[in-house]
Amino acid sequence: MKYVDEFRDPAAARRLLARIERRCAQYGKEIRLMEFCGGHTHAILKFGLRQLLPANLRLSSGPGCPVCVTSATDLERAIALARIPDVILATFGDMMRVPGSSGSLQDARAAGADVRVVYSALDALALARRAPERLVIFLGVGFETTAPTVAAAVLRAEAGGIDNFYLFSVHKLTPPATRAILDAGEVHLDGIIGPGHVTTIIGADAWQFLPRDYGVPCAVAGFEPLDILRAVDELVAMVVEGRPGVSNAYGRSVRAGGNRVAQDVMERVFVVGEAEWRGLGVIPDSGLRLRDHLAHRDALRIFAVTVAPAADPPGCRCGEVLRGAIEPPACPLFGRGCTPRTPVGPCMVSGEGACAAHYRYGVAT
Amino acid sequence: MKQVLIAHGSGGQLAHELIANLFARAFDIAELNDAAEVTFDTSLRRLAFTTDSYVISPLFFPGGDIGRLAVCGTVNDLAVSGARPLYLSAGFILEEGLSLETLERVVASMAATARAAGVRIVTGDTKVVNRGAADGLFINTAGVGVLPPGSLPTPGRIRPGDRILVSGTLGDHGMAVMMQREGMAFDSSLTSDCAPLNELIAGLLAACPEGVHCMRDPTRGGLIATLNEWAATAGVGIEVEETSIPLREEVRGACEMLGLDPLYVANEGKVVVAVAQEAAGVALAALRAHPLGRAAAIVGRATVDHPGLVTLRTELGAQRVLQMPVGEQLPRIC
Repeated sequence: MKYVDEFRDPAAARRLLARIERRCAQYGKEIRLMEFCGGHTHAILKFGLRQLLPANLRLSSGPGCPVCVTSATDLERAIALARIPDVILATFGDMMRVPGSSGSLQDARAAGADVRVVYSALDALALARRAPERLVIFLGVGFETTAPTVAAAVLRAEAGGIDNFYLFSVHKLTPPATRAILDAGEVHLDGIIGPGHVTTIIGADAWQFLPRDYGVPCAVAGFEPLDILRAVDELVAMVVEGRPGVSNAYGRSVRAGGNRVAQDVMERVFVVGEAEWRGLGVIPDSGLRLRDHLAHRDALRIFAVTVAPAADPPGCRCGEVLRGAIEPPACPLFGRGCTPRTPVGPCMVSGEGACAAHYRYGVAT
Repeated sequence: MKQVLIAHGSGGQLAHELIANLFARAFDIAELNDAAEVTFDTSLRRLAFTTDSYVISPLFFPGGDIGRLAVCGTVNDLAVSGARPLYLSAGFILEEGLSLETLERVVASMAATARAAGVRIVTGDTKVVNRGAADGLFINTAGVGVLPPGSLPTPGRIRPGDRILVSGTLGDHGMAVMMQREGMAFDSSLTSDCAPLNELIAGLLAACPEGVHCMRDPTRGGLIATLNEWAATAGVGIEVEETSIPLREEVRGACEMLGLDPLYVANEGKVVVAVAQEAAGVALAALRAHPLGRAAAIVGRATVDHPGLVTLRTELGAQRVLQMPVGEQLPRIC
């Protein structure tokens, strides 16, 4: 496979691993890195990279799964919106199966709510155009990677006068969550593997606060084994040499300033505000909601739904998994009550969830 | 354009014409009775008997169609049980409005596939349901075959040390159907591997009659569903080597793009075999000697370690578990 196999070359991987091994041995102390992104967690486990890295280098997964960090209360709001007569709630497939205190969106659909799975916000917009008598609400879940396309759909609805298209935005921003984890001090981190797709949008410079404010290096990585090993190699070098900085190990996609067009579209549609994250609580300036001139598209402002604050499922430790405080197998429910077929928490549902990755790509013991 | 009418299933004149002019002619059935009379070598004493239903969408796909699939699927189920397939039945559920030309193409394909596989379709049934009550055409086939004397291939015979062989590239059928169905906006040269395996398997069994411990055609759930069932039933661990798995570049590429794992994708013309370690070389040569087994490979082995679990040794040298697939990767592919 051209453009893929080059980044999976075993010989090149072995060379990088040998250098990482040498530096870690020379350093002696434990080095703990966090991969922010759920896509990285999946790639790391799929390619078995953890087993190949030295014993004193630890990788832990972070909050980088948008479905997982959607709060239980926001999920209840989505279910309440879906139950309004004439509403079609459209969202991504992963959201359907996340268990809430009053069931999942899938359960709501079985009970008669019109919930549709779409691949993009533009599909939801097309749905609104085809069914002008219905009220189409798109449940927008995602980080900076997804938000621009959702913003583009809103602008297109405006331009096309599609009045029955609404957005329930639970979009979130990644740098504030990283800051929140470091501020909490619950886990000690020596470096951050920066999310490749998010950083393609926001630019590598958006991570400069990590070395500047926290003395923590960041290396932005792609999703193939060599991409990730290169980022780990650069982080280890920065830790060992005591010179934290931001390194771009995904140069074929990421620029220092990011994607200006996407940033501009987001800027025109969204305003930054506080957001509630599962596992991290309310983080200031970490969410995107529609600007006031687009209030007529804002599902929460148009449809008054009130829900009681919802709690996470009993026994579920997704919150700690999302903060990097525990590894998924440390949760008593992991693989017992909670499997991809019968998930208790969102981290076992989503394609990007750390629990699903650990379950799917586990190591034989 | 001529279409299937409700009257085609009524038992009257139209039904009779359909049976006599289409089915009986295509399947070479001389005399129409309520049951077929079949003969076989009674000294063998044991018969294998199986059935399967086919609801694939679309009806025609690169490399095959629902008719070819319905014959191959049942022939292969018999063959991997160690039987020599002999006779099939064919039950058709037709949706009112189906074009007769479509039905004729499917029936001709079934007849050609049965001839190639050396089996006969000897009995059948037709029902027509109202428009909307079926999706064009569903087929059920049942099949009987004769079993040789001696022990048959079953998962219970798999022992630590056994080698795991596959008869060729994996994932071809599932990806060919998916690329067709999803209306992918790029050209795909993928074709289904749908083929009758009885001749290939007969050659394998002739070459190592005692060494073959278990066989399965890895359809839905692919190689990994089969190996997980084997590991659980036989109480052994199974280790698969990523680098030794035969995969077409197009299948790898399509899977990569869609986020699928080809080891979980369905096959319709491949057999997985567990062979005694000392017979592995002979078995591999026997598979490769047949046109359908040219790309056969030894992909793994049964072990005493981690009983019940299937693991993968990755290209980079790491090891991970290959779990039983959860749910369907893609519905209605067979």
